[in-house]
Amino acid sequence: MNARLATFALLTAAGLSLMAMVPYLANAYWLALGISLLQYTVLATAWGLFSGPTRYVSLATTAFFGVGAYTVAVLGEALPWPVVLAVAAMLGAALAVLVGLSTLRLSGVYFVIFTFGLAELIRQLVVWFEVNKSHVLGRYVFVPVTQALIYWQLLALAAAVFALGWLIARSRLGFALRIIGEDETVATHCGINTTIAKVTLFVISATVMTLVGAVMAPRWTYIEPSIAFNAMISFQVLIMALLGGAHRLWGPVLGAVPLTLLFELLSANFPNTFTIILGCIFLVIVYLLPRGVVGLIERRRETSVPVQRRLPA
Amino acid sequence: MTAPLPVLAVEGLTRAFGGLVAVNNLALEIGRGEILGLLGPNGSGKTTALNLMSGALRPDAGTIRLMGCDIAGLPPYRIARLGLTRTFQLVRVLDGMDCRENVMAGLVFGRPHLAAVDINARTATLLQRVGLGGQEARLACELTYIDRKRLELARALAPAPDLLLLDEWLAGLNPSELVSGIDLIRSLRDDGITIVLVEHVMRAVRALCDRCVVMSGGRKIAEGVTGSVLADKAVVEAYLGGIAADA
Repeated sequence: MNARLATFALLTAAGLSLMAMVPYLANAYWLALGISLLQYTVLATAWGLFSGPTRYVSLATTAFFGVGAYTVAVLGEALPWPVVLAVAAMLGAALAVLVGLSTLRLSGVYFVIFTFGLAELIRQLVVWFEVNKSHVLGRYVFVPVTQALIYWQLLALAAAVFALGWLIARSRLGFALRIIGEDETVATHCGINTTIAKVTLFVISATVMTLVGAVMAPRWTYIEPSIAFNAMISFQVLIMALLGGAHRLWGPVLGAVPLTLLFELLSANFPNTFTIILGCIFLVIVYLLPRGVVGLIERRRETSVPVQRRLPA
Repeated sequence: MTAPLPVLAVEGLTRAFGGLVAVNNLALEIGRGEILGLLGPNGSGKTTALNLMSGALRPDAGTIRLMGCDIAGLPPYRIARLGLTRTFQLVRVLDGMDCRENVMAGLVFGRPHLAAVDINARTATLLQRVGLGGQEARLACELTYIDRKRLELARALAPAPDLLLLDEWLAGLNPSELVSGIDLIRSLRDDGITIVLVEHVMRAVRALCDRCVVMSGGRKIAEGVTGSVLADKAVVEAYLGGIAADA
């Protein structure tokens, strides 16, 4: 067991250092693609961190992403970069606590609609504030952060989100969330404070999303609310996580990588019909792969190793 | 001279849904090691009373004292941590998890003083206790109906509760399963576990309950030693009808 763990750690370290070399080896195009891949990998994994075990479908990804990006747009030139990131993380976490406490009592479709509305609400609030108080419509982001630096920060975030997910899955919190996902009523009668468990994980997931937004902000030199709070991000992340399989930590990345590449291809070649194709892909995934790529792999394994399985009574 | 503290003492418990008073001024007491039957026709308020005791519903009025501590209106997770656990009318196990994890669910979030126990050993003991010995790795969704009930019971027993609420735990079992089910619950009493049993199966009520409380229309209409309560004229009329003799 320990030998396996050591091998795994060694391979991970080797893989990470290899990926860290990309900015030295690749040209600008490949580096940009690498940034996209990492961005969606982190976002989808963070999404799965909360929505996988609890089965709450959130469309608030872009709300947190946008808060991160806007924090950089406002404070980027005033404060040192690490401080900006820390402020963004705190704002994202605070927002998540507020949203979590007020909405995680909602269930099913009400939660989905609320989170979708939340992103729109925050966007409108930012627009209102910018127009009426700060009298600007967009903001320029001039911070000394290069593309390579963005890439490395995202790589670090990716490593962090996987480590975090691994630790949570082995913790009491992770077990509690799996029980909540199975049957929330049972969970609460087992002595689990379901609200605290759900809000805690929601905050962790949202903080990571906020940091992605903050890290990505310098990539655009100009930011306005419609860019930072783009609802498309929420949907893309959702599709990726579902394609991969949100019930496993490694699931979302299996959806994020192929779909990022596909979206890249589609938006380059079919810029006008992109959203239609996106919708069709969503339908196909939900119908054909309800448990994602991970579910497909698990089924393969089960059929190749025949297990005596009885149908539930 | 002080009487021993009842495990559960309910007074004036009331809960209405709109105009319907589902539980109306209910009072009852359970002593340590006792099995109390909670009987009544369908819709008489038994399950609502159970939901009020376990925190699934908040009472409109009344007190519920568990070991002297008022738990009325507390959320279910706090009541569970104070030592009251339950099973559900429609059996609820965690289908995607194995038997070991199902029992652990009841064990690790329950009472704080259990934090130090050897979880694997205690889980094995509990599964053994309910007749699922050695089934740790079996997925809950693969179990038969009665085994699902056994598993749910093991989860409820896990935190060593002061009081166990069983909501029609014996319903839907075939005759031979019923015999083993009754034996299992009797063995729990022999271990000194205090139980409230909501039950329609009269054979089980006669075999297990020391005392019974009978509800009808949300009110308590009779209370006392099982044999005499079941013979009570008001009870026979309200609930048992003509089948009392042959049940």
